[in-house]
Amino acid sequence: MTPPAFALLAIAAAGIAMPASAQHDAHHEHPAQPDASAPPVADPHAHHGNAMPAPASQPQSPSPFPAPTPAERAAAFPADLEGMDMRAHMDDNPLVAVFRGDRLEHGDGDALGWDLRAGVGRNFDKLWLRSEGERRDGRLEHARTELSWSRATGPWWDRTIGLRHDAGSGGVARDWAAIGVQGLAPYKFEFEATGYVGTAGRLAARVEGEYEILLTNRLILQPKLEANFYSRDDEDNRLGKGLSDASFGLRLRYEFSPRFAPYVGHVWTRCFGDTADLVEAAGHEAGEHGWVAGVRFWF
Amino acid sequence: MDRFSRRRFVAGLAGVPALGLAGQLPAASMIHNRHYAKLNIQTDVRQQPVGSDYALSVGALPVNYTGRPANAVAINGGIPGPLLRWRQGQTVTLRVANRLGVDTSIHWHGILLPSNMDGVPGLSFHGIRPGEAFAYKFTLKQAGTYWYHAHSSLQEAKGVYGAIVIEPDRPDPAAADRDYVLLLSDWSDEDPHAIVRKLKIQSDYYNRHKRTVGDFIRDARRDGLGATLNDRGMWGRMRMSPTDLADVNGLTYTFLVNGTTPAGNWTGLFKRGERVRLRFINGSAMTYFDVRIPGLEMTVVAADGQPVHPVSIDEFRIGVAETLDVVVTPMEDQPYTVFAQATDRSGYARATLAPRIGLEAPVPALDPRPILTMADMGHGDHAGHDMSGHAMKMDASEAPRSTQPAAVSTHDHEAMNHGGMDHAAMDHAAMGHATPGHAAMDHSMHGAGDSTAAMVSHPASETGNPAVDMQTMTPSRALDDPGIGLRGNGRRVLAYADLKSDFDDPDPREPSRTVELHLTGNMERYVWGFDGIRFSEAEPIRLNHGERMRIVLVNDTMMEHPIHLHGLWSDLEDESGAFHLRKHTISVPPGHVRSYRVSADAIGRWAYHCHMLLHMELGMFREVRVE
Repeated sequence: MTPPAFALLAIAAAGIAMPASAQHDAHHEHPAQPDASAPPVADPHAHHGNAMPAPASQPQSPSPFPAPTPAERAAAFPADLEGMDMRAHMDDNPLVAVFRGDRLEHGDGDALGWDLRAGVGRNFDKLWLRSEGERRDGRLEHARTELSWSRATGPWWDRTIGLRHDAGSGGVARDWAAIGVQGLAPYKFEFEATGYVGTAGRLAARVEGEYEILLTNRLILQPKLEANFYSRDDEDNRLGKGLSDASFGLRLRYEFSPRFAPYVGHVWTRCFGDTADLVEAAGHEAGEHGWVAGVRFWF
Repeated sequence: MDRFSRRRFVAGLAGVPALGLAGQLPAASMIHNRHYAKLNIQTDVRQQPVGSDYALSVGALPVNYTGRPANAVAINGGIPGPLLRWRQGQTVTLRVANRLGVDTSIHWHGILLPSNMDGVPGLSFHGIRPGEAFAYKFTLKQAGTYWYHAHSSLQEAKGVYGAIVIEPDRPDPAAADRDYVLLLSDWSDEDPHAIVRKLKIQSDYYNRHKRTVGDFIRDARRDGLGATLNDRGMWGRMRMSPTDLADVNGLTYTFLVNGTTPAGNWTGLFKRGERVRLRFINGSAMTYFDVRIPGLEMTVVAADGQPVHPVSIDEFRIGVAETLDVVVTPMEDQPYTVFAQATDRSGYARATLAPRIGLEAPVPALDPRPILTMADMGHGDHAGHDMSGHAMKMDASEAPRSTQPAAVSTHDHEAMNHGGMDHAAMDHAAMGHATPGHAAMDHSMHGAGDSTAAMVSHPASETGNPAVDMQTMTPSRALDDPGIGLRGNGRRVLAYADLKSDFDDPDPREPSRTVELHLTGNMERYVWGFDGIRFSEAEPIRLNHGERMRIVLVNDTMMEHPIHLHGLWSDLEDESGAFHLRKHTISVPPGHVRSYRVSADAIGRWAYHCHMLLHMELGMFREVRVE
């Protein structure tokens, strides 16, 4: 990741912290400490369907316990009760930051490929900065940088919205607004699908799926499929409409720890339709494959 | 430990003389285990004086349990903190000084006391700020084995815990010739917050026993390809792992007995033929233990400090925060190993009972790692369990269920569609999600000794909630399941059914109402809660002073949760709804419902939470407010 990208992340991280804590405070307006003298009935402000029902649905013989004295009440519900807040001692929505390299690899033809992301967020909301791309012979072939916000919409799925910036030597940079889903599909497939709206009415879509096959608990084979779609030809960037390109990778990694795993793999990529024509016209192969070696990590 | 010399300790006391406690400290808590720990021998409980005024100091402590130096937090410079030996009826005073750079607190686990002495910062008092002290004072209404620990910012996982023994005010029927505390705990060189972070980023971080291609081939050969694919398919649709037995385990934990590693081999001495009382306390952050003493029968005499009808067993499972008193009578002049294996079999704590110091007995091999089944989570086929008594009770009279492992509810409709089994049809709508008042449960459910609940309904707040990754469907109410990994092992394993309070229902009034709560979580996101709601977004549970009410807990996760209610007893009901066992911490296995009665006899704001420390931290916590 480039230094400007890190700077962007830092700004973004500062940005997320504020709304997240503001949200936290907002949540805390109703709950824990209503007036201690309030009658013990369900809080009318209950907003999560979790309020307890009003007591005594059945008659019960009188309490055998002596009623609390005023002194006992004062001790149990001190006047400064309102100042009490457990969250300084217990955090059920912690801020967590991670830097993750799903791919950082060297390939045939002196190619360097990467797929790096930095994320920061709480239980259900996270901000991600992701950079995915390839350099070959010292030249940036292409790079896709996405800044996205993910929000959990169910136990396994997040909705994402964000911005994408495409760059590459010899092409024209494009910017997109993005909306998508990511999550864990049944059978534990990691899946991500994003739709993009670009300038001048361009549309694009991208899907990614991957799976983990445990040969052992350390030796893991990961098939991964990616595909890109565009709504119209973009000759400047040698992209045709429809399914433009897809790649399938098989990577075999050895996890020294879940946070550090070198791998070797083989990757097949292929351009389709008009994209293939444009690529071939420029003197490149429409389909290629090659070996990669790299490292997967997070910290 | 030498950093906390007597001189510095006393000096610290003198700095805050206003409380007037200096000099009243019992000798035992001063010397603590500095001398004994080196020998790995604990004195008999009764060699500790009964004290009423204690000075405790919470401070940093460099330790080395693993060969690498690490930072602990300790009480009076020792892990565990000093044994507090009290007498029933006595009024005790504890002045707790904070020598840390952050707030701290001490909670007296299972002790009945005024809520402002309960020690939960932000709930019942303001906590103890750095450099300050707090004086706890309360009168002991009870006797038995209890413990104390920090209730601040996961400090308990770093060493802030110790044992409490309260002598009864009348002759103790369980009195023995020897009396030892065995406090089990789990130590990690990692800071507990670092563990939380790892789990938040990769929730299976510590699970290195996931099923592999090799396991698939083995299972396919044994069970057939179709059955194996079927099994893998069900787990795959749930996006869960049947090897997910413990969130955190022996990969990072070293398991301790009285602060001593297995290699250190804490040893308690006995003479042949003596009655030896062992007070087990599980002071772990995240570990359930299965405990046995090969060659010795154990007679359980108390659970959570309260006397039970004596029952003889070979092995017991002890949940986090539970205590269990057993009596053994070694008849041979030989050493015996106290073997406490973590329930996921990732390691063990070990101690020795020996006629002379320096003797060791063989240490058993860890049992095979169990694999969870759908039945373990309350999804249909309980009969597939094994030969445990609980499985046998389930017959055709139950709610309809598939003979195959059942479909599961994952809140994700596409997952349901693949099921193609009986339960798949019983989707959310049919399961009463539309019913708003889940808390008002019908009392008829408690009748007739039917150990298996019919299909349970779930609170609406669980539906589509990112904090809920699973719901149980046909959970069991049975108390006689020894637990995952213990069934049919050829040993007599204790179950809650075997533990019966040695007294009648202390409050025989019929509960006026029932509050049902579901234990929920999303392992992948590592969030926990009740009814899908974490503590900071939840309302207090309100009780009226004097009422006798019922709490029903339904476990909607694949983990066992030890649920602890502060300040009030939890009176466990048997399957027919009758009073069974008085406890302070009720363990709810996956696929189970537990029902218990609570007498709201103490006003205040009480903590109510899962004692798996990270589950508590991440939301499985409520305020119970008695007004």
